[in-house]
Amino acid sequence: MKSLIQKLVEIPAPSGYEMQIRAAVKVEIEPFVSEVKIDPLGNLIAHKDAASGGLKIMVAAHMDEIGIMVTHVDENGFIRFTNIGSVYLRTCIGGRVRFLNGTVGVIGIERTDNRSEVPPVEKMFIDIGAAHRKDCPVRVGDVAAFDCPFLDMGDRLVAKAMDDRIGVVVLIETLRQLKKTPHQLYFVFSAQEEVGTRGAITAAYALEPDLGLAVDVTSTGDTPKGVKMDVSLGKGPAIKVRDTGMLSDPRVVDWMVRIAQKAHIPYQFEVLENGSTDARSIQIARAGVPSGCLSVPCRYIHTPSEMVDYSDVQNAVRLLLELLSGEDKPF
Amino acid sequence: MKTKRGAISKDLPKLRSAEIQLLERLCNAISVSGDEGEVREIVLEQVKPYADEVKIDALGNVLVTRKGITRRSDTRRLRVMLAAHMDEVGFMIVNDEGEGIFRFGVVGEIDSRQLPGHAVKVGSDHIPAVIGAKPVHLVEESDLKHVFPLDDLRIDAGPGNGKGGKIKVGDWATFAIRFKRIGPSLRAKALDDRVGVASLIELVKHAPANIDLLAAFTVQEEVGLRGAGVAAYAFDPDMAIVLDCTPANDLPDWHGEENIQYNTHLGAGPAIYIADRATLSDPRLVRFFIETAEVQGIPYQLRQPGGGGTDAGAIHRRRIGIPSISISVPTRYPHTAASIARFSDWQNTFSLVYTALSKLTSEVLAGER
Amino acid sequence: MKELMSFLKEMISIAGLSGYETPIRQLIEESWRPLTDELHVSKVGSLHGLQKGEGATGSRSTESGPRPSILFATHMDAIGLMVTGVVDGFLRVTEVGGLDPRVLPGQLVIVYGREDLPGVIIQPPANLLPNVNPDAPVSINHLLVDTGLLPQQVSKLVRTGDLVSYAQEPIEFSDEYLAGHTLDNRAAVAALTYCLELLRKNRHAWDVWAVATVQEEETMAGAVTSTYDLRPKIAVAVDVTFAKGPGVSDYRAFSLGKGITLGWGPNIHPTLHKMVKELADKLEIPCHLDPLPHRSGTDAYGMQIVAEGVPTVVIGIPLRYMHTPVEMVAIKDIQRAGRLMAEFAMQLEPEFVVELTGKCRQEVEGML
Repeated sequence: MKSLIQKLVEIPAPSGYEMQIRAAVKVEIEPFVSEVKIDPLGNLIAHKDAASGGLKIMVAAHMDEIGIMVTHVDENGFIRFTNIGSVYLRTCIGGRVRFLNGTVGVIGIERTDNRSEVPPVEKMFIDIGAAHRKDCPVRVGDVAAFDCPFLDMGDRLVAKAMDDRIGVVVLIETLRQLKKTPHQLYFVFSAQEEVGTRGAITAAYALEPDLGLAVDVTSTGDTPKGVKMDVSLGKGPAIKVRDTGMLSDPRVVDWMVRIAQKAHIPYQFEVLENGSTDARSIQIARAGVPSGCLSVPCRYIHTPSEMVDYSDVQNAVRLLLELLSGEDKPF
Repeated sequence: MKTKRGAISKDLPKLRSAEIQLLERLCNAISVSGDEGEVREIVLEQVKPYADEVKIDALGNVLVTRKGITRRSDTRRLRVMLAAHMDEVGFMIVNDEGEGIFRFGVVGEIDSRQLPGHAVKVGSDHIPAVIGAKPVHLVEESDLKHVFPLDDLRIDAGPGNGKGGKIKVGDWATFAIRFKRIGPSLRAKALDDRVGVASLIELVKHAPANIDLLAAFTVQEEVGLRGAGVAAYAFDPDMAIVLDCTPANDLPDWHGEENIQYNTHLGAGPAIYIADRATLSDPRLVRFFIETAEVQGIPYQLRQPGGGGTDAGAIHRRRIGIPSISISVPTRYPHTAASIARFSDWQNTFSLVYTALSKLTSEVLAGER
Repeated sequence: MKELMSFLKEMISIAGLSGYETPIRQLIEESWRPLTDELHVSKVGSLHGLQKGEGATGSRSTESGPRPSILFATHMDAIGLMVTGVVDGFLRVTEVGGLDPRVLPGQLVIVYGREDLPGVIIQPPANLLPNVNPDAPVSINHLLVDTGLLPQQVSKLVRTGDLVSYAQEPIEFSDEYLAGHTLDNRAAVAALTYCLELLRKNRHAWDVWAVATVQEEETMAGAVTSTYDLRPKIAVAVDVTFAKGPGVSDYRAFSLGKGITLGWGPNIHPTLHKMVKELADKLEIPCHLDPLPHRSGTDAYGMQIVAEGVPTVVIGIPLRYMHTPVEMVAIKDIQRAGRLMAEFAMQLEPEFVVELTGKCRQEVEGML
């Protein structure tokens, strides 16, 4: 699984421009699904076999990542930009970005009077080594992702875009290992989550599932003087109770706990006070969809070095397999 | 009274004095978000003779259908939704304090520094009133550094308009400035988005035959893109093009340096959106519009990606997803008493959208997004 | 009115935080069963109660042609707190729904763990908190809940994600006023229940959907999904609004016990507003205009833009001290709201279509 993680996290695919990651995911899943579709917003929707009966379950992990978009190229070839999704500006300073056409650049900042303040994005720029506007292979509207190579620390893995390539990998691995299921399964590799869970809205509308399950990352409370949160790296996948966008259906939460306990998979309870996932949009599709979220704990979310625990990822796969293949249902 | 149908005409319809007069009527009307009746009436009067179907929905959107003509039995006509919003930012009277003084709420985003000392007009009778300000003689030196607090501002209709007078709580109001043509420019309140409404009316009148034109004159865009989403749900189109206005902040930089946050330039033609805060335009449509402009020799610009939002934000998220893009007329000082646009930008925007529509086929959406 | 008062007191003594409405839903279900022809629960937990109308033919049992429906939405969820962690037996909490943390210190609460536990919200001494002004209000993430139990007991009974509600008991003032928590929005549920009672005894052509929605305080998930499911021709949100009181005296507030309110603004259909206002005047129900230039802050905001759009109305019941444990309401206003809702539903003709009047003509070729 580690090589798949590395392959996928290093692909640049900010919201709205998921072509490259979508092509890579398609190759990985095609042998295991009966149908693959791409919808008008760019979601990749895979149907696992033609089972009837059971529940129609939509499992979603988002393919897109946060990034930047070019707003202006000045006379000297310096590039001005705006954010795609929630980018912490302080992580930009001295950082590197990779455009979809392969061009790599460095983020610099204008001089400010107060060196300890983070400048606004208007005072930042990207330097790709061009001397003039006409030499610059990048134009207004081009997008880039943050660039930081994958790092295998053994138990811990670090990369940009663990949010939510790690969820994408969990889905792919689950598809690979899933032998049988009593349910109709739709694996949605969603687009444009980072700009407001937009892909999930339309995918859920189209599928009309009985149950929605997002697989995404969540923060942890286990770093020095960090946010006080009851989730830690290495203690198992997290079962989301609520976040700022939704309250998980209690029946879904109880179901996830029950299955985890039966299969002796470690788990944690997650209350996230800052952020949400595709599940919030699935829940309010049409006449409503009971929803929940299986979270992979992750440190330093939305920085170029997001860290997950490999055993958490493996246990997330195990839990998802148990949830989807057993007869035990949430309702 | 419908326009003749047949081969796609090479003659682009031109915007002339009749169209400018219509724009003048539209700009001078009062139609604040939630109270779009006055503009709606003008729209209905204009589109009625041309439409195959006209519907007014639960929120007050005007939904107009003009069907195309299929040439070959094996091609399905593309259902193209176009949207322009009828509402403008403005005010609502929320309390009658007696003697013609009224407390008001701001509807939509208006910088409160744009309010004091302005003339307004209120209600369906366009009753004149003013937003006054404390005389400078009575203002403390230190107060000059602060904005007039919004809570302190009032609409004053004169003492004769006291309790029981013509203005009531719940009435809507706008800036009172009247439309004026000045050389190459148009100056009015509510160019955002009466210019889009005027363009859409013309597109209904001259709808190209190769597509089904689904025109939505939407409501409540300024208070959260409220009308566009329900219109899109009702139409269920194959794609959507939104006609709006976008700021041209292309003024000189204080230090004489390059202005790098201009958003758009006045006079540089229709602004094609790649991204704003509400929508990541479908890249296939962005490419199509750029190619169309270049092939036809129509000036165009790319709106700087960044903040803001148009009806496309609500439209593209409806149903199973609707590929969308916005094409806007650059406008200086939107959401103030007097905004300014160039007539040439309006003409070129109309030309670009008209030409693009007449060249549209389902090939545009054939590949993956 | 004794029955209304006791039903309301019962409702505000039972749990039902946003996302976890089952207990209150079950109570409302019991009350609505004799008042409805059909009762079911939505996919996300809202309660849908149907009183069939008689349609054009005047008979409830006819199946000829679909009858138009009016939907009354009153949210049944409550604001409260959720446990985010357990530290040495103390509970850290976050809010569910919006509340002012300054009303929390010293409040009695109930912790819904493996058992229902009594608790107190306590304000830790400033020296135990990071970098705070010792006199400033303590933010919610610094407050704690003390259950009075030992840490080893707490860790067995309470976990992250458990809910905490206010424990304030209802306070009756004569038989006219009631104070307590969660009158937002159980007061409106009481009004809707009263409306159903009145409708049961009278004829109405339209179908009436009584919907107790979930999650209004957080996501409006209930309002949007129920509206999509039921597709009413008219949707009415009934919620509490601000009553005048200490510190609250401007145009956004209305006197307690002196009548109900009707919203006016982009979130409200102007034709329906006028119809309801005229009806209220005819019935001599005092009804004040509530100017809402922005969003209404009620389920109507979500309902209005579902599918092809729904004409909406907002009815307000004035309430003091909203979102505190000591909200205060006038029973008379609840009755007024219930009566107005019932009379409005009763006057809807089978062929009535909501139109936009005034500056708008709908007589266009080929259309209604």
